[in-house]
Amino acid sequence: MTATQFTASTGTGDSGRAAVPAALPTPVRRPRRRGQWAAWAFLAPVVIYLVVFYAYPLVRNLDLSLRDYTVRSFIDGTAPFVWFANYVTVFQDPTFWPALANTATFTLVSIVFQYSIGMALAVFFFQRFPLSATLRALFLVPWLLPLLVSASAWSWMLNSDSGVVNYLLSLVGVDAVNWLTSPQWALVSVLIANIWIGVPFNLVILYSGLQNISSDIYEAASIDGANAWQKFWRITFPLLRPVSAITILLGLVYTLKVFDIIWIMTRGGPGSSSTTFAIWSYRLGFGSALPDLSPAAAVGNLLIVIALVFGLIYIRAQRRLEV
Amino acid sequence: MSTNNTRNRALGAIAIGAVAVGVLAGCSGGSTGGSTDGGAGGTYTFWDPYPQYDASSDWAKVIDTCAADAGVTIERTGFDTSDLTSKALLAGQQGDSPDILLIDNPAVSTLVEAGILTSTDENNLQVGDVAQNILGASVVDGKTYGVPIGANTLALYYNPTVLSAAGVDPSSIKDWTSLNAAIEKVVASGKKGITFSGIGTEEGSFQFLPWFWGAGADLTKLDSSQAVSAVQLWTDWVKKGWAPNSVINNTQTTSWQEFETGDFGFAENGTWQKAGAAKAGYEVIPIPGAKGGAAPAPTGGEFLTLPVQKDAGRYAASAKIVECLTSTANVVKTDNTLNYIAATPEAQKEQLAQDPTLEPWVEAVNAAKARTGDNLGTKYPVISEQLWTAVQNSLTGAQSPQDALTAAQQAASSK
Repeated sequence: MTATQFTASTGTGDSGRAAVPAALPTPVRRPRRRGQWAAWAFLAPVVIYLVVFYAYPLVRNLDLSLRDYTVRSFIDGTAPFVWFANYVTVFQDPTFWPALANTATFTLVSIVFQYSIGMALAVFFFQRFPLSATLRALFLVPWLLPLLVSASAWSWMLNSDSGVVNYLLSLVGVDAVNWLTSPQWALVSVLIANIWIGVPFNLVILYSGLQNISSDIYEAASIDGANAWQKFWRITFPLLRPVSAITILLGLVYTLKVFDIIWIMTRGGPGSSSTTFAIWSYRLGFGSALPDLSPAAAVGNLLIVIALVFGLIYIRAQRRLEV
Repeated sequence: MSTNNTRNRALGAIAIGAVAVGVLAGCSGGSTGGSTDGGAGGTYTFWDPYPQYDASSDWAKVIDTCAADAGVTIERTGFDTSDLTSKALLAGQQGDSPDILLIDNPAVSTLVEAGILTSTDENNLQVGDVAQNILGASVVDGKTYGVPIGANTLALYYNPTVLSAAGVDPSSIKDWTSLNAAIEKVVASGKKGITFSGIGTEEGSFQFLPWFWGAGADLTKLDSSQAVSAVQLWTDWVKKGWAPNSVINNTQTTSWQEFETGDFGFAENGTWQKAGAAKAGYEVIPIPGAKGGAAPAPTGGEFLTLPVQKDAGRYAASAKIVECLTSTANVVKTDNTLNYIAATPEAQKEQLAQDPTLEPWVEAVNAAKARTGDNLGTKYPVISEQLWTAVQNSLTGAQSPQDALTAAQQAASSK
């Protein structure tokens, strides 16, 4: 095993060579040869690390999704190459469109609320007041808790019969809601939990972004007679744009792959009403005694592609900002 | 300054390299398991889903004794149940399977399908006296691939205090009509009726099967009228409030916690709760069939299997160890600690002699059915997934029982 990985990695190292001369300012080839070998020797560990822990799993996942793996062909390695048949299966599956819609809703709604609440809190805490540091620290609690703990706590609170949320609703005369057990509310419930968990991250990043905005600008604006609302929309928001962009991108990638919270709270159910791509992929691959590895890998790859698309959009947007 | 920087970076690179090499070495070192030693003597590997038992436990000791009798030593590893199937598949892929694998019974047919288990034809394991209904989980196309270490199943627990307050005589519960009447009385007395686990995983199917089979339905035809009547029964309980809405999301553990509040008349749960139930004063009856008699519940529990080895000479010692572990004296002790019912009539008799309160459980286990039996094998997981989905869709009111089951049958037969 070790031997093959080493040869594989040196192979990749050689083929990746073309990139280096381009980066160096017109190298003089012959005399530098020895120096280049040394450079490669130093690069090797990183390259090996990247290949073994990043490139290989990705390629393997791609391979899984392009072959028809059954439990038997997984063992003896005779899975036939089927091109995109697994993707077709996945697209035609009755779970596909609901899962796509759930993934989109879950991600977008999470980001919108996490970002706006995070921003509001960041601006709020930026005006120093007594106990602001303590309160800000308290807001970090959801971030510090293990996901398993937060998700279990939420699922107890939202229990139809004995949950504290329904108890509080009953005090104000509202009928009990089947948070986790009705198809209409299950996705809303996991959204609430996920927003609660994601706010601190947005708060921290945006707060640190605020600290980089020079107070001179605010002073100048005050002298010009700008009110708080104008200061936010004309100064804070535009100057925070780079920080906002990275916060939203990270949030997006993170939210797309959220698994633990949904799995613990609803198992993607009832039915498939809170099944996202991440849950679906897990269900296919590990949910039953008979793993459906190839479609599971196909769904996983779709997730990677979606994340990649948004990554590229981010890079383009950033380039435009720089120019 | 700048040379300093370069040197630091180089040192960093070397450090990372050292770590990477260390990790790789560790990886390759780990993958050479104990299965390379040949013939008698040597070390044999044993995987089980009981990580809660360490080397000093009775379970580990009985394995060591049996191994010593076979003239070998055992290296035992306990895995989490949900992990063990994929671990076994991966090990099979790498030609690195353990000598003996104790695995949850529905996974046996999956591993047989993968071709990593040996049948009794190859390993000469004796399974003659094991009860056929339990052994069924390991029978694929007429060949047997493992021996049960014991079995558990489901039954209906009841809370005598709640029942007597509601004026219900548990012995009157013989079929679904009398059960419904009993639940209605309990609910009328101000208590809650019944709790079970209808979660959207295998656990949900496991809990639903006694009602499904008790109605006379068959797993190869999910949309039969008998199947609809079973889903209707559960759906009505939830609709009328006889069962709490939380059953849709309940695991068997959370369902049991609900029952332990003392507010419930009935709870469907497994053999593994019997010790706690006895302490709390709960009693148990078999789950009734729709028209009377005990409904067949699914069997749970693990099977001892012998995965394929490169050296066929290893099977003899492994089979010896397995036969020793399943010998009446040893298996009774093991099953008592695991809260299992033994799989052979002889061992069941022995268990009953030691603890007569096991009677309803022995009865339930003897009426039980293997989920992957009837030669369903690896078709079962596919059918089961559709079944639990249909149950969920009906319990939530998203679909009528008939529509949910029709869709389930369509999906199951298209795969």
